[in-house]
Amino acid sequence: MTAQVDQLADKERLIDFKQLSRGRRLARLTLPPLVFGVCFLIVWYAIAYLVLDEKRRFLLSPLHEVLQVGFFDWDNFSRILKGLWWTGRVSLMGLLISIVIGCLLAMAMSQSKLVERAVFPYMVTLQAIPILAMVPLIGFWWGYGQFSRVIVCVVISLFPIVVNTLLGLQSAEPEMHDMFTLHNAGRLTRLQKLMFPAALPAMFAGFRISAGLSVVGAIVGDFFFGQGPAGLGQLLRRYVNNVQGEELLATIIVSSILGIVVFWSFGLLRKIVIGKWYEAA
Amino acid sequence: MQPKPFQESRIIESKVLQNSIILDDVGKVFPNGKEVLRDVSFVVNPGEFVSLVGPSGCGKSTLLRIVSGLLEPTFGTVESHSEHIGYVFQDPTLLPWRTVAQNVRLFTELHGIEARERQALTADAIQLVGLSGFEHYYPKTLSGGMKMRVSLARTLTLKPPVLLFDEPFGAVDEVLRDRLNEETQSLFLSEGFAGLFVTHSITEAVFMSSKVHVMSASPGAIIASFDIPFEYPREHGLRFSSEFVSLSKSVSQVLRAS
Ligand SMILES: Nc1ncnc2c1ncn2[C@@H]1O[C@H](COP(=O)(O)OP(=O)(O)O)[C@@H](O)[C@H]1O
Ligand SMILES: [Mg+2]
Repeated sequence: MTAQVDQLADKERLIDFKQLSRGRRLARLTLPPLVFGVCFLIVWYAIAYLVLDEKRRFLLSPLHEVLQVGFFDWDNFSRILKGLWWTGRVSLMGLLISIVIGCLLAMAMSQSKLVERAVFPYMVTLQAIPILAMVPLIGFWWGYGQFSRVIVCVVISLFPIVVNTLLGLQSAEPEMHDMFTLHNAGRLTRLQKLMFPAALPAMFAGFRISAGLSVVGAIVGDFFFGQGPAGLGQLLRRYVNNVQGEELLATIIVSSILGIVVFWSFGLLRKIVIGKWYEAA
Repeated sequence: MQPKPFQESRIIESKVLQNSIILDDVGKVFPNGKEVLRDVSFVVNPGEFVSLVGPSGCGKSTLLRIVSGLLEPTFGTVESHSEHIGYVFQDPTLLPWRTVAQNVRLFTELHGIEARERQALTADAIQLVGLSGFEHYYPKTLSGGMKMRVSLARTLTLKPPVLLFDEPFGAVDEVLRDRLNEETQSLFLSEGFAGLFVTHSITEAVFMSSKVHVMSASPGAIIASFDIPFEYPREHGLRFSSEFVSLSKSVSQVLRAS
């Protein structure tokens, strides 16, 4: 997972933009996605107006109607914004808890092979469980409130943090460890001055993946539990049930934006913290 | 009660012992049963620069790890009377999140040297390897040769009486290697450390050393030793003198026969 994300980042870097003039560089960067976006819109409108007759147009409303109903109608838009607030809150809380637990767990595993051997198989199992199968159980145990939604987020986002942090902590070269051994470094010094900084790139890769997963968890939890203040999940369900196609698409767009913003902000955070020294190999 | 010997001679004797490394029939068998070293004996005296040449895999790194204390020998003993042994690895092993100055400072931090002295030792060492002005560069912006200099500076901050080198210039091109050889030699002369230098380059070994030991593989053992008589400091051109070439040839012959 980490490797994939990093490869994407590398590919962007590989293309050598330096030789091109500013304008052409900008064009090269923006034109292809722009063209693709326009094509996408054309297909969208073609389906809405040419494939679907008027009675069935609710299945895929054209974009301007989605904007009109979902975004420019304040009643609808404020409802979606509130949903965004609740879902965003839950996913952030879940993510933070995952980061704390995940890092502590990984640190314990890095300090003791015994702990690693004991815990690691369960981490893999946790990942293998389809999260949808766990959601009812979580509701069954902890009720259908915000707390259970947070638990869903934690369960779904914990694994990448643990694995990435652990791999990161173990990523310092043996020779570097030898160097610390030669200078009588204790466990804590070694962790603080060698293993932890070495782990940062992998940790950020893990955080970014988990941030996306946590958003998914918050929406799925809200969708399934269906009680309490309406988050994006409940809205999605309601709009499907009421055949409100425009609002449904608007909610999907807002959910996507939440996911993208979360993903980007972790990319930005990573750049701020380790950008100065880290060189993607 | 025994009569005390003269103060003076005791001081001299202890000083000789202090900075030297004495290997006595050192052997190493790894837990998997592989015998890597057998009956290796030699001495590195203060002010000496000793090289070990041998085919790769013959146990040179293992030997250095034993001398440094990272590994225990299976047989024999290593005596070292130096409070600290410097170790320059094959890779520069710089911490990428630290700048040049912060990297050079690392060992003084690990040894708990107080801040002001640390600062001075760091600045001195950086100057010694000619990296003044690069203090705030991160390793990713440095060339291979510069990284090696940082690694060397970091080791020199603690002023070790003995320095171990594990093929430190194995990855750089020949021209740069020659230059780094000369720089290392002038550090050896100005700082007065004793050196134990592992390499697979015969030219490098002969140019740097007062003594060259040739090792054979499986198990690693010393099969010949050469005294290198050239006066220090040695100039670049020495490498092309007929004496140098014929000495290198004899080392090479032993190495090839092994
Ligand atoms: N921990 C170990 N366990 C088993 N064999 C090892 C270990 N470390 C090194 N060796 C083996 O010892 C031999 C010598 O290794 P090394 O000292 O690195 O050689 P050199 O530095 O001369 O190339 C190699 O064959 C290597 O595979
Ligand atoms: Mg080696």
